[in-house]
Amino acid sequence: MLTAEERAEIEAEFPRYPNRKAVCIDAMKIVQKHRGWLADDALRDIGELLEMSAADLDGVATFYNLLFRRPVGRHVIYLCDSVSCWIMGSDRQCKHLSERLKIEPGETTADGRFTLLPVVCLGACDRAPVMMIDDDTHFDLNPEKIDGILERYG
Amino acid sequence: MPYEKPLTGNMRPDGEALDRQAYERAGGYEGLRKVLKGMTPAAVAGEVKNSNLRGRGGAGFSTGLKWSFISERAPHPRYLVANGDEMEPGTFKDRLLVERDPHQLIEGMAIAGYATGTDVAYIFLRGEYKVGGQRVARAIAEAYEAGYLGRNILNSGYSLELYLHMSAGRYMCGEETGMLNALEGKRANPRAKPPFPPASGLFGKPTTINNVETLCNVPHIIRNGAAWYRGLSKSQDGGTKLYGASGKVNRPGLWELPMGTTIREILDEHAGGMREGHRFRGLLPGGASTDFLTEQHLDVAMDFNEVQKAGSRMGTGTMIILDDKTCPVGMLANLEHFFAQESCGWCTPCWSGLAWVERILGAMEEGRGQPGDLDKLAFQTRFWAPGHTFCALAPGAAEPLQSALKYFRTDFERHITEKRCPWK
Repeated sequence: MLTAEERAEIEAEFPRYPNRKAVCIDAMKIVQKHRGWLADDALRDIGELLEMSAADLDGVATFYNLLFRRPVGRHVIYLCDSVSCWIMGSDRQCKHLSERLKIEPGETTADGRFTLLPVVCLGACDRAPVMMIDDDTHFDLNPEKIDGILERYG
Repeated sequence: MPYEKPLTGNMRPDGEALDRQAYERAGGYEGLRKVLKGMTPAAVAGEVKNSNLRGRGGAGFSTGLKWSFISERAPHPRYLVANGDEMEPGTFKDRLLVERDPHQLIEGMAIAGYATGTDVAYIFLRGEYKVGGQRVARAIAEAYEAGYLGRNILNSGYSLELYLHMSAGRYMCGEETGMLNALEGKRANPRAKPPFPPASGLFGKPTTINNVETLCNVPHIIRNGAAWYRGLSKSQDGGTKLYGASGKVNRPGLWELPMGTTIREILDEHAGGMREGHRFRGLLPGGASTDFLTEQHLDVAMDFNEVQKAGSRMGTGTMIILDDKTCPVGMLANLEHFFAQESCGWCTPCWSGLAWVERILGAMEEGRGQPGDLDKLAFQTRFWAPGHTFCALAPGAAEPLQSALKYFRTDFERHITEKRCPWK
């Protein structure tokens, strides 16, 4: 079941689109914000409200980089691995993050604190290398700077 | 002489967004008042056509001409979409525009909406632009409050609803028909064309799609006129352009300069030249999906026609610089990994060919390149040519590869003969 809050937030999107199906990406983002990721029952709950099957929603969810069909940690690290960041050494930053957090890209730390995801260009190429943690963007990365940034996320 | 900078000249030095009052003090919403008071929609499209504004998303199509494709008798509702997906690697210009001056975009959309008889408009912004999204949402609310959006705008009889859509992230969303599918709550696969969006676009209705930077130019054209706008430029294309540079230059950044500024001026005067100990080898002039240019092209003017004559495309105008300490094959392996990952899987040359090329380049980087690999790569770039696929993703992926095979062939060959990456 959708919570009253989830339902109200999704319904607030209805007037912005001419039909309910068009709301599904926003709806999945809303539920993911509350639950962390989109489990099968989350898709069923959304599907009931939007009159869509869970399979249809799964087809949409699996297309998009920012919709998670598997659990993630409390904080998600999005490390840019596209060309400008690569030229500026994103491979080294990725290796550092991997070693420090003891996970490979795509994995979540044993304590559930961080998930490390390589992502495509974050559009801040003049300040490469770049990563986002949750909603915050961090620029001009190097290993020491990364260590300091990680401390801020409990 | 200082250049005139209509798009960025009013931005706050502290990095915050201009609010509605500050935007109005700088002449904001005067263009919208002007069109609503005394211009027909056709006159607005005509003025923009005369300004020689060409689409800043990369294709360079005449904006005024695009608007004129929506006929007066086209059915309603009609839609307008601002493309702020900006997922082309190496591109970071629309981020600045939405974060620092969201009202400029909103006014541009209201004018474009009036010119095309649009009822509902969406700003399609990539989900990672959180700050931009918050600022655009606030500016939309301010514009509704002031009567610049909504029913009967400034008592003109024209009404426009404007909504922000934050994407869930995928390069394909930047392709215009993929974007329409994403707005409809579907996978962002491209659509078969025709029908083109002006005939059947969002929800099957007449639709206009313009890039964020394109729309931001519109209020200035209307306020100051087409002749003024053409005069800003050093070339046939009108206006100024946001140019950028990333890579191992001294001052990576973004600059609003007259359209047609040369690559050399951008690199030397604005980006501060190459970093000490690094030599220039080449550049992608406008994002990942443009052909390499090299030393011999430094005096090329950055506009749509001149860059095309030099064998590439201006694309988004944000240049990615390759230096001599960076392996060109490694750079291509990174680029083709991106394209392979972001392919939506709809067309065979794209999903099959890109994955194959990604593997070949990865193997070369690890010293497992084979004789004949270069022929296979060249074959694939021809296989991805326009007309073989529904959209421009695979043709775009071909551009850096085909040009790298031409300009950096020796580097590719060394990977194969030496059985290692000489840069590692």
